[in-house]
Amino acid sequence: MATMSPAPAEPDVPLLEVRDLEVEFRTRDGVAKAVDRVSFSVGAGETLAVLGESGSGKSVTAQAVMGILDSPPGFVTGGQVLFRGADLLTAGAEERRRVRGARMAMIFQDALSALNPVLTVGAQLAEMFRVHEGRSRKESRAKAVELMERVRIPAARTRVNDYPHQFSGGMRQRIMIAMALALEPDLIIADEPTTALDVTVQAQVMDLLAELQREYRMGLVLITHDLGVVADVADRIAVMYAGRIMETAPVHDLYKNPAHPYTRGLLDSIPRLDRKGHELYAVKGLPPNLMAIPPGCPFHPRCPRVRDICLADRPEPAPLTGADGRELPGRTSACHFRKDELHA
Amino acid sequence: MGRYVIRRLLQMIPVFIGSTFLIFVMVYALGDPVAALFGEKAPDPATAAQIRHDLYLDQPIWKQYLHYMGQIFQGDFGTAFNGQPVTELMGEAFPVTLRLTLVAVVIEIAVGITLGVVSGLRRGRSVDSTVLMITLIVISVPTFVTGYVLQYLFGVEWGIVRPSVSADATFGELLLPGTVLALVSLAYVTRLSRTSIAENVRADYVRTAVAKGLPRHRVIVRHLLRNSLIPVVTFIGTDIGVLMGGAIVTERIFNIHGVGFQLYQGVLRNNSPTVVGFVTVLVIVFLLANLLVDLCYAVLDPRIRYA
Repeated sequence: MATMSPAPAEPDVPLLEVRDLEVEFRTRDGVAKAVDRVSFSVGAGETLAVLGESGSGKSVTAQAVMGILDSPPGFVTGGQVLFRGADLLTAGAEERRRVRGARMAMIFQDALSALNPVLTVGAQLAEMFRVHEGRSRKESRAKAVELMERVRIPAARTRVNDYPHQFSGGMRQRIMIAMALALEPDLIIADEPTTALDVTVQAQVMDLLAELQREYRMGLVLITHDLGVVADVADRIAVMYAGRIMETAPVHDLYKNPAHPYTRGLLDSIPRLDRKGHELYAVKGLPPNLMAIPPGCPFHPRCPRVRDICLADRPEPAPLTGADGRELPGRTSACHFRKDELHA
Repeated sequence: MGRYVIRRLLQMIPVFIGSTFLIFVMVYALGDPVAALFGEKAPDPATAAQIRHDLYLDQPIWKQYLHYMGQIFQGDFGTAFNGQPVTELMGEAFPVTLRLTLVAVVIEIAVGITLGVVSGLRRGRSVDSTVLMITLIVISVPTFVTGYVLQYLFGVEWGIVRPSVSADATFGELLLPGTVLALVSLAYVTRLSRTSIAENVRADYVRTAVAKGLPRHRVIVRHLLRNSLIPVVTFIGTDIGVLMGGAIVTERIFNIHGVGFQLYQGVLRNNSPTVVGFVTVLVIVFLLANLLVDLCYAVLDPRIRYA
């Protein structure tokens, strides 16, 4: 299976590299800067979690990378999306379509609405092979059954003719995963894949996803607002706020030692058993309106450690250095006082 | 599903009896068929009484109705005043109207849905506004106006078609009348599919289809259209019944000897057997068309279950 995906031409070219991506929503009420100079990269077999509140631009980023942004009102206004070194944003529509679904697939949040209600799941799975590989009807159907077995749907052979509404939430999400997995893509973007599920089913689906990712050595971009999900599966985390990346770090470093007040706030608002009985911490205030993002640091109105410079100067993501003065690999923070934060 | 069909068929019985009885009462009880038979002349009382007796007209109305129904189920719809069996008239009229309806429905589906999809996908743009405006005009103008105008333009002014349809009423001849008949429904189909498409185009499953890397035409036809057509099919289904019975104006304009023409003549001449017979058949057609529409739902939308 792993031999299917060709090795990257150069080992130092990441699977997906997003550079300074900018997305605007042009609406009647004004222009919303949904994504502002967002950069990140994902390697083969690596899991990057994009963490953020609702409206922080994480889903829009994913849609822009996939090329499925609703346009209008959404427009990519700048940046690069390098997939194996080639910029998808300058590629032709037909070329992008061939990449979509085949080399780069997406899993959506709510499988019930994301699957077509009037087509059998078999038809929706088989479609991938028919369109992208030109396989026959019969072959595609057999592959669909195979896929359903891979994601451990019981009685796949008979259930292939069922419609999405006839499955439970967990099974439906497995079908979504199977659909994304169909052509063994190099990269999967999962947009809150477990949010719509029961807690018990969440773990099952997440485990399945992680297992398949290891098996196929896919890159995984996991979009979530659930810090609990992230800790178990992600290698690295990018924290988004108001369309910008606030902090990136390897997952354990981030939990142990956040370098941005926003990240710290998020971590402090996780309920903890040893804090039972105490009031739960919450980051005060609301995320900004994307049509009127505050000048300077977008987080400054809610930041407990705000100082004068934060109101005027926008901090750019910058690498972090450890106590010994050496750069910490994979760590950036967009805070003027990142050093103080890190060593706080 | 089988039980549902049986229940629906059983439900049709009271509707059928009720509607036919109403027609029967209105035509026979409120008019005097014997007087109508003699036209302008006053009938000889003895002859009139004899005819009344022969035609069961001296019996109470409910007995007349039962007798009529009994005859119908033996395939006897009675005879028109000119001595022609009503079934014979039907045999001539229904195929013609059926062809006319078929032409109209095909035009309605092909043009209406195409326009609906095109404007729905470009909501708010100039194509969309133009289509909306034209459909509004078409809906507002009565059929007899569009009918005569198109007949004059195509039949007289430009001489592309013959202004009236021959007795054969071939498909070719029925193109223009079919268009006239279809116009208003076509406008509704356009608007209905436009709204449905515009609503569904932002649906999550359409985004999924795009994310799967499917070509645009496949996304639209297989994913978007299948879902959007559910309300449209309902409309077209019920419309078939309406078109069959409602072609009166169009058939008059183009001199088509179909159901509408016969009904019109029957009403005009107080020709009761013709009117009641034709209406009875139309009631059945209407009921069956409605049942078919409801069954189509289940085929189009698997989430609908009948029990």
